[in-house]
Amino acid sequence: MIFVELFLVYLQIGAFSFGGGYAAMPLIQSLCVDGKHWLTTGEFADLTTIAEMTPGPIAVNSATFIGQKMAGLPGAIVCTIACILPSLLIVLLLAYLYGRFSELAVVKKVLGQLRPAVVAMIASAGMTILILALTQGSTGSWIPVHPVELIVFLLCLFLLRKKKCGPIQIIFLSAVLGTAAYLLI
Amino acid sequence: MKRKISYFRLFLTMMQISAFTFGGGFVIIGMMQKKFCDELHWVKEDEVLDMTAIAQSAPGALAVNSAIIFGYRMGGITGALVSTLAVIIPPIVIISVVCQIYDVFSTNRIVQIALQVMRAGVAAVIVDVVMDLAGKVIETKDAINIVLMVLAFIASWICGISSIQIILFFLMLGIVRYFLERKKVAQ
Repeated sequence: MIFVELFLVYLQIGAFSFGGGYAAMPLIQSLCVDGKHWLTTGEFADLTTIAEMTPGPIAVNSATFIGQKMAGLPGAIVCTIACILPSLLIVLLLAYLYGRFSELAVVKKVLGQLRPAVVAMIASAGMTILILALTQGSTGSWIPVHPVELIVFLLCLFLLRKKKCGPIQIIFLSAVLGTAAYLLI
Repeated sequence: MKRKISYFRLFLTMMQISAFTFGGGFVIIGMMQKKFCDELHWVKEDEVLDMTAIAQSAPGALAVNSAIIFGYRMGGITGALVSTLAVIIPPIVIISVVCQIYDVFSTNRIVQIALQVMRAGVAAVIVDVVMDLAGKVIETKDAINIVLMVLAFIASWICGISSIQIILFFLMLGIVRYFLERKKVAQ
């Protein structure tokens, strides 16, 4: 029964992928490519490209990709649910505990200590995507900064800081402005 | 604990965030901070950071985990389910469509350009959020935390140390600092 197999494999991916999407990829490869032969290595490469080009977490994107390929839309839904089920149970438990114990002195202190780390990691993700945006992924060098992206970035930052624009509007605006600029040049 | 929130608004907002957020888990945290904290005032800034740390310590995608914990914090179990559903619908739809038209999608020039320049917009949102959050840490004038924040940034961005390891390190540091301070008070 393909649905049971899909469910069990994605349950494992959901339960054991600590530390984000790039940690999940090797697990997906070993289970779905090497183990079950659901994907060829070439298709796995396509999956990686698509997951990077589209929004959404890599594990969830791969769940839809593989589920869709093996059993159509129902397969995609089964894989996605299996993938998020462990998170749902564990995070709900943690959320409940947080609600209950967040006033305890030790919990307050420890969580307070984690705050600078979380800010640093958001900053790190921001720097990575900023450099990717400005250099178009031509890695290693800082110099070939693309003027269109730089102007779009500065304009967006100005609108966010001074005009308090919403983030979705900003991302939408950047896509429209940037694309128009490229097509005109 | 429950705030006055609208499940419908939660669903729509979470879906928009999920559909437009490129660049991984911490980017989506930035978007949630912007929407739920700055715009809607459904959560406080400190809670955002606490919940991110908790979401990061559980297995699974950070985006999904944070949707669950934000949803729960804002609207209980129903909130968690609404927000989880909202966060997974866009990837299911987008990937299903992209699978069908992969060749067009991966070679079309306008799609390529739009995806590339959108990153500049996403980067601007995150830089904006980081300026606010880092500003708050600096305002506390806790020199140790400011230094640690810079060190964690270097560890993450330059050394490429995984966020789960950084979280674990800070977790232990927090416990140690708690007991040291308690000892000091006792003396």
